[in-house]
Amino acid sequence: MSVRPIPPTSELTEPYWDAARRGELAVQRCESCGDRPFPPRARCPSCGARELPWAPVSGRGTIYSYTVAHRAPHPVFAAQLPLVVAIVELEEGPRMVTNIVGCDPTDLAVGMAVEARFEPIDDTDMLLPVFTPMRGTGSTGTA
Amino acid sequence: MSLRGVAAVVGLAERAPQRYTGNETDLDLLSGVAVDAMADAGIERSEVDGLIVHPIGGLPGFVPATVAEFVGLRPRFAEVVDLGGATGAGMVWRAAAAIAAGMCTTCLCLTGTRRRRGRASGGAPDRAVRAPRSFPPTRDRSPHAEFDAPYGLIGANVGYAMLATRYAHEYQLSDAQRAKVAVDQRRNANANPAAIFHDQPLTIDDVLGSEIICEPLHMLEIVMPAAGAAALVVTAADRVNGAAQRPAWLLGAGEAVTHSSLAQAPDLGETGIGIAARAAFSAAGVRPSDIGLASLYDCYTIMVLLTLEEAGFCKPGEAGAFVESHDLTFAGDFPLNTHGGQLSFGQPGMAGGMSHVTEAVRQIQGRGGQRQVPGLELAYAHGNGGIIAEQVGLVFGAAR
Repeated sequence: MSVRPIPPTSELTEPYWDAARRGELAVQRCESCGDRPFPPRARCPSCGARELPWAPVSGRGTIYSYTVAHRAPHPVFAAQLPLVVAIVELEEGPRMVTNIVGCDPTDLAVGMAVEARFEPIDDTDMLLPVFTPMRGTGSTGTA
Repeated sequence: MSLRGVAAVVGLAERAPQRYTGNETDLDLLSGVAVDAMADAGIERSEVDGLIVHPIGGLPGFVPATVAEFVGLRPRFAEVVDLGGATGAGMVWRAAAAIAAGMCTTCLCLTGTRRRRGRASGGAPDRAVRAPRSFPPTRDRSPHAEFDAPYGLIGANVGYAMLATRYAHEYQLSDAQRAKVAVDQRRNANANPAAIFHDQPLTIDDVLGSEIICEPLHMLEIVMPAAGAAALVVTAADRVNGAAQRPAWLLGAGEAVTHSSLAQAPDLGETGIGIAARAAFSAAGVRPSDIGLASLYDCYTIMVLLTLEEAGFCKPGEAGAFVESHDLTFAGDFPLNTHGGQLSFGQPGMAGGMSHVTEAVRQIQGRGGQRQVPGLELAYAHGNGGIIAEQVGLVFGAAR
């Protein structure tokens, strides 16, 4: 369990969080132009199409950038320091903000292969997608 | 239509940054610099027919009307600019555009915030206050609150640290190169009595010895929030002769908004910084190498380095070597942020971003005092909002 700001979901974004509850990472895919917008959209930001069905993605990606925060960016993170905040680029293209967990922060590098896992958010029934180094990528993490 | 030579800044006022204010409200601070700026310009209140302000904490709406009444203005053009740290710079070209469109002739641009001890900034809404789980989640229903804040991308430190990490991955950049920016700017602040760190010298060792807040950024590479205010008077070309101060001509402007979440930002080399800067230089008909003073938004050391190369002052990947090989002080071969930058001047809310504009104007007007750049003809001011999300570039000239 982890204490975090609770994401304010909406009808538009519920499929993302429903997928996360099943342990799946899902993003929209535009039926007209193939774009995979993230965060979720009501209309495709590339072509304007209305049809943006949800589909699971691999959950694999690479670290585009990251930082190890030694001061809590908000008091709710005070017990989770050092906190690794990262941008991960999914295999399928979209980039998302996330945390890298289950590893020694000094082992991290831009370009490192990571995969999704799901952490409960305190006081909710929600699971939050986070990432951890893929096995066999040189991480000495202790999970 | 270009804005080149349509309007000039003829007056300014600043309330010097201080760590905290007392019981003054934001309106108190804004009206103070408004009156002082009109006096500086030698322009009567009745001549001011334009007003640009920014969102103000505690005012749910009707901000221009509230400020206009409080100051004693009845503008024919009034609006709010909401571009984060680029707000002040964004006000200036909007004032010129309103003048060019005939909507007003003399426009007041106001920025500033109070700051009370023991509280977050009293100015722009603080995402860290809006996002936490202990507040009803209905307070902030933005994609940022849903997809960034739960991971700790709250406030700006985390985002700019990730920018620094990415930059160092693509190019070469040492901690000492970033620190050089803070140190040279501090030498400028040591010549600016209005700077919050005026009396404190700074060395590279000081910067690198300060606490690491978000890797790789140290405490002394991070701007300090403050209270303060700034106002500019922008007037039409045919009115500058009636003003008390020499005109700082607006020669070119550019603006770009590229994303909200840093995860959706363009790659390095394609940021909005370059889009805004190229538009400003193109409109002015000048090149970065023609600029005698670079007044670049510096919430963090890394932001200065990014702007230097994305705006074209040096080649991609060479910003670290560039700052190492140039003296960035007012007496140096590449005067940069001669007021100290926000890193040493302080960041009084939106007046922090405006400080880069006021300093460019002050220097173009020859009012730089001890830190005056001799014979200055052209200055570039850059504003940056969010996490490199909102960009405004302005070129000012001593001649029209």
